[in-house]
Amino acid sequence: MPLLDKFSSFLEERKQLLSVKPDIFGTKIEKMYSATEASIDGHKVLLAGTNNYLGLTFNKECLDAAHKAIDEEGTGTTGSRMANGNYSSHRELEKDLADLYHCNHCIVFSTGYQANLGTISGLAGTGDVLLIDAHCHASIYDGCKLSGAEIIRFRHNDPDDLSKRLNRLGDRAKSSLVIVEGIYSMLGDTAPLKEFVECKKQHNSYLMIDEAHSLGVLGDTGQGLVEVADVGKDVDFITGTFSKSLGSIGGYCASNHSQLDAIRYMSRPYIFTASPSPSNIASARAALVLLKEGKHLRENLWKQSNRLYAHLQNLGFKLGPEPGPVIAAQLETPEEALHIWTTLLKKGLYVNLIFPPASPQNMPLLRISISAAHDDKQMDFICNVFTELMNEK
Amino acid sequence: MRDREEVTNKVSQFLEQIAGPDIQITPETNIAEELALDSVKVLDLLMELEDEFDVSVPLNLMADVQTVNDLVNLIEKTITDN
Repeated sequence: MPLLDKFSSFLEERKQLLSVKPDIFGTKIEKMYSATEASIDGHKVLLAGTNNYLGLTFNKECLDAAHKAIDEEGTGTTGSRMANGNYSSHRELEKDLADLYHCNHCIVFSTGYQANLGTISGLAGTGDVLLIDAHCHASIYDGCKLSGAEIIRFRHNDPDDLSKRLNRLGDRAKSSLVIVEGIYSMLGDTAPLKEFVECKKQHNSYLMIDEAHSLGVLGDTGQGLVEVADVGKDVDFITGTFSKSLGSIGGYCASNHSQLDAIRYMSRPYIFTASPSPSNIASARAALVLLKEGKHLRENLWKQSNRLYAHLQNLGFKLGPEPGPVIAAQLETPEEALHIWTTLLKKGLYVNLIFPPASPQNMPLLRISISAAHDDKQMDFICNVFTELMNEK
Repeated sequence: MRDREEVTNKVSQFLEQIAGPDIQITPETNIAEELALDSVKVLDLLMELEDEFDVSVPLNLMADVQTVNDLVNLIEKTITDN
């Protein structure tokens, strides 16, 4: 097939979806008013699909830190961490994150995607085995692929299924890495982490958790699921992102294994890219302080999340298995999902629309993410919009 | 040891469940194109087959699988290697 022919069939198949305005795959935010309000298609809308869990993107301390870094260190580093792009602030943020997890080592990457890509492909190689939860994020799949290791998929949140697959490996289990997530990005459910820790111990395997959606959301100091499950010392590698609760961009891996530092010399996604800009690092550092002290933010986040989950459940939506800041309404058909999404937007509410295969279980999803910056009045609005939607059916 | 015929029958049986009884499954059937299975559906199918034959098939090797026959060959080889 000629190189460009696949685009014709792709565009033809998705003609209906791509003709919807505003573009569902590239909604244009024309203006941001606050962490929870923006202008889309000429209208002011309430944002409930931003992953801005702690609502810190307009926080004054974060803004001031970013402005100061731009003034003092410039707009970009223009180089790799391995060359001219390794500033004191990158190292300081690594120390801050290591302190958060009570770990000895941490590496900062340029994005959360690269944190998973770089960590996994740095840790595992030919002859090793990677066991990944079936619902893991694309960055984890891509990191596994880049590594050249054998990739085995186990059933979502099923420690018995993992154990069965580790058993099949026999002695090779000791050169395997199990990968799970704190909160899963699509259905918003949490991993049974204690059970996974027991399983990896029993088989002398290693365990990595991606806390991308749970950093700042779970735990007294916001570490994520490792803190709630109280297994920080038993999890070998913790990755995460700055682009959700920290309101910046970048990613990290923290560990107590001293070998983590060695992957700086063999991880292509760490070496062959420019380091995060000084302002990104500065705002992430400021946000991390607020995250640790942010019990009040988490209290409001969970209050609003629990309220909306219960409301949608009462309205009859089929939701993910547990309440949390990621609330996924599973719908029957792409047409139904598209109709609801556009109706919500017309009513002034922005949420995410996800189609298979990006969504699990072959179902389109309306994915709602709650922020600590949502107040009671805004949550009244969100609940009312969904009630209206159901009444109009 | 499961023989080739048994593996072929099981793979066809699983594919028929997903694709529906109206679609004829042959060794040459292209799994993604003719059965319209996306990447996740194929991976879910693989999980079922792994349990049926008590083997783990590395996902890396699925890149070369296009037809039913390719999938049967891969499972048969994995069983033999184990």
